[in-house]
Amino acid sequence: MTDLIKIDNLVKYFDIGRDQRVHAVDHVSLEIGEREIVGLVGESGSGKSTLGKAVVGLHDKTGGTVTFKGKEMPARYAPADFQAHATDMQMIFQDPYSSLNPRMTVGEIIGEGLKLHRGLGNSAVRDSVASWLERVGLQADHMSRYPHEFSGGQRQRIGIARALILEPEFVVCDEPISALDVSVQAQVINLLDELKESMGLTLLFIAHDLSMVRYVSDRMAVMYLGSLVEVGRANEVFFEPKHPYTKILVGSNPEPDPRHERHRASTTIQGEIPSPVNVPEGCRFANRCPEVMDRCRSETPQLIPVNDVTEEHPREVACHLFSRD
Amino acid sequence: MAEPILSVNDLAVEFDTYGGTVQAVRGVSFDVQPGETLAIVGESGCGKSVTVQSIMGLTPMPPGRITSGNALLNGVDILGRKTINGEDIRGDKIGMIFQDPMTSLNPTMNIGSQIAETLIVHRGYSKKQAFARAVELLDMSKIPEAEKRAKQYPFEFSGGMLQRAMIAMAIACEPEILIADEPTTALDVTIQAQILDLLNDLQRENGMSIILITHDLGVVARMAQEVLVMYAGQVVERGSVDDIFYRPGHPYNLGLHAAMPTNDPEAESRLTPIDGSPPDLFHPPAGCGYCARCPYSMQVCIDTPPPTYTLSEGHEAACWLHHESNTQVVPEIHHAGEAVND
Repeated sequence: MTDLIKIDNLVKYFDIGRDQRVHAVDHVSLEIGEREIVGLVGESGSGKSTLGKAVVGLHDKTGGTVTFKGKEMPARYAPADFQAHATDMQMIFQDPYSSLNPRMTVGEIIGEGLKLHRGLGNSAVRDSVASWLERVGLQADHMSRYPHEFSGGQRQRIGIARALILEPEFVVCDEPISALDVSVQAQVINLLDELKESMGLTLLFIAHDLSMVRYVSDRMAVMYLGSLVEVGRANEVFFEPKHPYTKILVGSNPEPDPRHERHRASTTIQGEIPSPVNVPEGCRFANRCPEVMDRCRSETPQLIPVNDVTEEHPREVACHLFSRD
Repeated sequence: MAEPILSVNDLAVEFDTYGGTVQAVRGVSFDVQPGETLAIVGESGCGKSVTVQSIMGLTPMPPGRITSGNALLNGVDILGRKTINGEDIRGDKIGMIFQDPMTSLNPTMNIGSQIAETLIVHRGYSKKQAFARAVELLDMSKIPEAEKRAKQYPFEFSGGMLQRAMIAMAIACEPEILIADEPTTALDVTIQAQILDLLNDLQRENGMSIILITHDLGVVARMAQEVLVMYAGQVVERGSVDDIFYRPGHPYNLGLHAAMPTNDPEAESRLTPIDGSPPDLFHPPAGCGYCARCPYSMQVCIDTPPPTYTLSEGHEAACWLHHESNTQVVPEIHHAGEAVND
């Protein structure tokens, strides 16, 4: 398996005046193999959405690079760059209510990309939109309706059709199901799964629902305050977390199993995620970590492989507990 | 079983809108036992919030209208009333916390004064007394540096801290029942775990009952003793938390579980979604509300609303599959008289 996307030391800061900056994404490196689904989890404010947007070019990069099929993507997208890369990578957004233009019909929303990037005529666009509406479980005659006439789950299907109609190879899904009811979440997940199989998609799946991310993803990356703390196979990270933060995250996740919940030891973490403006020195998790050591407060731990390093994507943890020196 | 502290019987609520009349709640009954947590589960629009808001007198009327039913708090009907024996119901007997603490608090008042206001209104405390008590309550809700925080404004609080402040406000008058409407939906899992632990601790200390509205079955498993499953404005199943999770009696409850990933690395089966969407409550279906999405629906489900069948003590389901002449066997559905293996 070759890497489709290579994120190398990606940095995104937001200047908020008077020499203050939000360290939203701070030196993140991550490879995503072809046809792989990588789940990205973390609390709100950890920078997962910013990372996703920076990868597809919706945010300018402060530093670092994103390489797509060995070709480096621009640090700052010009309109022509979006034009050039729209057929390579696309994004599905979290909120199916605010991410669809209420003044455009569903047909215009889904077909816009085809017109702009493939230069197809009206009737060809219409045919393609009709077939995509059916592919995502809607009906061809929905194309003349407006977004407000649809439920949340249906709107998310419209968002999926819009992103996939250009047949991109790589799609960032930014919390595609968190605004939906449980019964509808499964509909959308299964749809994504089918399309992934039939189109050979590669996905970066951002979510905060750990059980769902484990279910969907091949590998899982855990983000805390702008940095990755753990990367590995989804099942391994979920069932045998190594980083203290991952342990707490997994332990906080309530499982739909009353017997298990009754016997669960409380793993509640004290305090909240610190402000990304004044990032603490050393390990970013040190002030909340139950296993904190002296060196954690001064030395920043790097992601290092903790198991079989001959594997293409080894399990990596950024924690001094696993340092070899 | 002890006398229930709150007993809601056959509650029905309608709303007049431009599009017609929405029958949001269609005959809901349930009991809340003292010191227990009752979870109400269901998808958006199933009437769970309207049910508790009507009990609290928070439904705007008009356009809302309570068309039938009563809600007995210690035997006295509180529907449409603000006081019993001169004591306020809202805020005093029943406290409530909401999904979005950011928009539920007054942005122009400091947190301490907002909590103190409750005590001044309901308990007749002086301003100074009330503020001192507010600081104690913030401390009880495990807000660090309560004294300093009480003087701060909502924008200076994070989401988790605001929800703690809301809880402090809700428990200020030591209510007998705390209604928590999706209290952790807007929070991260780590903060959610903190808030759920806090609610459990407070319940243990004060012995209050909690009505927890949520759509997260994980939260239900962690918190509830009793569960009410609602669909399309009606109760489709009720029972102990073990009944609901391990012995589902209604296809909707079964479907909800099948739609969620199990935390079992071996079971890599696909999720089974519930196809379709809930019915239009402008024109509720004549029969069972769930029949259009139910994989086991029969002709009778379309024509006639199902009666409620008792499957075991305290476990009821409204589904025709439990009728004695039904021959359709659904192995996952628990029937009356079946052995209970715990």
